[in-house]
Amino acid sequence: MSGFLLRRLAQSIVLLWIVSMIGFALLHLTPGGPLSQFTNTPGMTDEDLQRLTAQMGLDRPLPVQYLEWFGRLLTGDWGRSYRDDTPVLLVIGSRLGATLQLMVTATLIAVLVGGFIGVVGAVRRYSFFDQLVTVGAMIALSIPTFWFGLMVIYVFSVKLGWLPPGNISPVGNESLIVFLHHLIGPSMVLGLVTTAIWSRFMRSSMLDVINQDYVRTARAKGVSERIVLVRHVLRNALLPMITIAGLEVPTLLSGALVTETVFTWPGMGRLFLDSIGYRDYPVVMGLLTFTAILVIIGNLLADVLYVVADPRIRLQ
Amino acid sequence: MTADTAIAAHGGQTLRRSTRYRTLRRFTRHRLAMFGLVVILLLVLACAVGPSLVPFDQFQLNMRARFREPFAGAHLLGTDELGRDMLARLLMAGRISLTIGFCAMVIAVTVGTVVGTVAGFYGGAIGTVLMRFVDAVLCFPTIFLLLTLAALVSPGIVTITLIIALTAWMEVARVVQGQIRALRERDFAVAAEAMGAPDRWIMFKELLPNAVAPIVVAATLIIARAILLESYVSYLGYGIQPPVASWGNMLEKAQQYLTTAPWLALLPGLMITLAVSSFNFLGDGLRDALDPRSELS
Amino acid sequence: MSAPGVNASGLATSGEGPLLQVRDLTVEFRGQTGRVAAVNGVSFDVRPGETLALVGESGSGKSVTSLAIMRLIGKAGGTRIGGQILLRRRNGATVDLLAASDPEIREIRGTEIAMVFQEPMTSLNPVHTIGAQVAEGIVFHRRISRRAALAEAVELLDLVGIPEPRRRIDSFPHQLSGGMRQRAMIAVALACKPGLLIADEPTTALDVTIQAQILELMQRLQRQTGMSIVFITHNLGVVAEVADRVLVMYAGRIVEQAPVVPLFGQPLMPYTQGLLRSVPRLDMAGGVHEELHAIPGNVPDPTAMPPGCAFHPRCAHFQPTVCDGAVPALEAADPDHSVRCARWREVSRRVPASQPVPA
Repeated sequence: MSGFLLRRLAQSIVLLWIVSMIGFALLHLTPGGPLSQFTNTPGMTDEDLQRLTAQMGLDRPLPVQYLEWFGRLLTGDWGRSYRDDTPVLLVIGSRLGATLQLMVTATLIAVLVGGFIGVVGAVRRYSFFDQLVTVGAMIALSIPTFWFGLMVIYVFSVKLGWLPPGNISPVGNESLIVFLHHLIGPSMVLGLVTTAIWSRFMRSSMLDVINQDYVRTARAKGVSERIVLVRHVLRNALLPMITIAGLEVPTLLSGALVTETVFTWPGMGRLFLDSIGYRDYPVVMGLLTFTAILVIIGNLLADVLYVVADPRIRLQ
Repeated sequence: MTADTAIAAHGGQTLRRSTRYRTLRRFTRHRLAMFGLVVILLLVLACAVGPSLVPFDQFQLNMRARFREPFAGAHLLGTDELGRDMLARLLMAGRISLTIGFCAMVIAVTVGTVVGTVAGFYGGAIGTVLMRFVDAVLCFPTIFLLLTLAALVSPGIVTITLIIALTAWMEVARVVQGQIRALRERDFAVAAEAMGAPDRWIMFKELLPNAVAPIVVAATLIIARAILLESYVSYLGYGIQPPVASWGNMLEKAQQYLTTAPWLALLPGLMITLAVSSFNFLGDGLRDALDPRSELS
Repeated sequence: MSAPGVNASGLATSGEGPLLQVRDLTVEFRGQTGRVAAVNGVSFDVRPGETLALVGESGSGKSVTSLAIMRLIGKAGGTRIGGQILLRRRNGATVDLLAASDPEIREIRGTEIAMVFQEPMTSLNPVHTIGAQVAEGIVFHRRISRRAALAEAVELLDLVGIPEPRRRIDSFPHQLSGGMRQRAMIAVALACKPGLLIADEPTTALDVTIQAQILELMQRLQRQTGMSIVFITHNLGVVAEVADRVLVMYAGRIVEQAPVVPLFGQPLMPYTQGLLRSVPRLDMAGGVHEELHAIPGNVPDPTAMPPGCAFHPRCAHFQPTVCDGAVPALEAADPDHSVRCARWREVSRRVPASQPVPA
């Protein structure tokens, strides 16, 4: 058990290291590099810039600079936002919650709805329902998230008036009910793609298990079909889904960016887009690296959960 | 060549031909794939010749004919906020979006194939380094990476195509690497190596042709992805810049007219969904057809 | 084990007639070229307390027959099951398993008929403890608490010879050896004290020493509980060891049926003779070294069954028109010895009647 996790942890650290290098490289590709915030400052002369370059150590060899930058990354010093001089990590932290709310609700929708669709599709393989949802899932994967968001707003907000057209909650009214009401639209939109993906993987995972010998054993015991399906088929079919859930993190983050834009949801995605608009490179690069770290953490969490859920690995 | 080996070779040929025939039949019987193929051909045809048949220019402004509704009057699909003909714009936008999708696919497949082949062939340190790099790039959520890159370059058709390709090659690399690594141990590769063939020859002439099937499938799915990604960056304002129309940037302005002119949002989105799902259906059908195991299930 | 009709323990042999009657069982699957009969008009009885061996090569229909009794063959994909499988239930009623409702079948499975499968490695659920899997059927059928069922599971594991049963109920299948897993599998099957145990090649996946232990265990359990066993195997050595009566199947049909002594002593069907000659015999008197024969050829393709006797292409006694005309009937050569061969009278005369008989 610990062997498996230690190996995965080592892999994650290597990944983190490469990710940081890519992040560093991209930072140096920005117009003006790490100095860009000063190049546009009025009254800044070339001499000032050169002095700053020396001061910030930008004339030293790149590997040295990288090591220093990486060290700051580890200690939590991710630079300051150009816009209001707040530390980048604080800026990101203030938006993380809103994005996580969306991601968690969307995942819940995917697990429940997509899981149900996948299970029924596998049990009634090749039925009309199965074929319909297979095509439906494929189309859902082809719909641009932002456009689906616009359509949801048009139908449920403009035409039916059931849902607020956006934002996390109106100023002055932050009750839970109002928040949940605002959460419906964006989670539906973000959940569409994950639900489609989840239903397809769930279906094939169920089909992998449904013909296993131990399922036949369970039937031979004479227990009800529901027990066979839940305790024997579903329980085992869910194992690979843990890994899938981990792999879904980047998709969810990308989707969150777009969804937050459409619904003016104050999360990391909106922050990212705004920061690009302001050319606030420390925040942009910080977010890029941060999301990659979230992805790595997500995969690691999935590995830990897998170990907990699968006695074959847990008790090795 | 002796008579025996000639016959054997001939036998192999017919065998290969009949496998090919079965693959083709599996493909043509895949209803969704055929649907996808037909829609793609129609879309390409419409975008290629359509604009010259529509009596309006995509850039032609008409302030007296703003927000004309579809299916009523001279403008078949209505007009936008500047009175431009929607049909003409949709078709011209289609040219851009489809071209970007196709070109990005070509670049991504080329890069991914080269990286995957080299990583799979050499294995060891080179392979590990390359594949860890692929893993690391995959850690960045696509849209975040795409927007960062887009913010660093001046937006244009070429740069957008390039950066989309840059965020899409990794999956091809993974697929090809796996295939090549498996094929490398097989007799014909070992034989070629024993005969002293240069690495490059073995990689690209002996091994790669055997990995074509999964590459074709991945390529089709990448076109779908690329069209989708183009629409995302353009919608968010960092892709194709107006007045040049792409399906994505047509939607950028549409949001504010959602209450008054919903077709501005509806039509381009439908075009994207139609094009992307067609390529996805096609890719799915190709996967089923090219995978011999699918015959059993 | 025991001579037919005379049960060693004297249990359950109430002389009431058969526990299970299979009548004209036919199982057809839909293949690419049409219907394929995997089992074709099979009839036999299982008497209380006896061990009936179902023998044949793979593809002979023996496993399909057992799955049909358990009603574990899916009806999907155009599978058709015909005939009757009559079970005399504990309450005295006789029920046709093929016509019974799903709830009634579930009630019977586990409690009256249970099954042990071939692969102990894959037949136990890897994510549940042994205890949970043994207790599952008990909880479901007897509506008792999980705790009480687990206590019974400990006893069952002890019964099947698993050491430290109290500790082992918390083990997962992968923590046990192959032989221990098969013991656990048997415990699962015995959980609700079935009157009939179907064992589908229960020792095939195990190594030889373990095989012997499992066979011994099954014999002991039969003595203790008086249950009937249908033992499915291709291994005639195992048959000689455990069976009271033997049923030889070939290409979906019964080709010979007899108590174990006459079957080994005077096999009438050339296929049975071939099978017996292909088995190494440890019990051959005086160390006589008889040559081992393999039956030439292969089991026929079920989609292209030969006309007449399905065995004729491989048969040394083949005679045109006699053998490849009509399918021979199952004839009674003796009151309890029947054979399906058009030439059994001539064939049997050539075989010395004094073959060594299993101990």
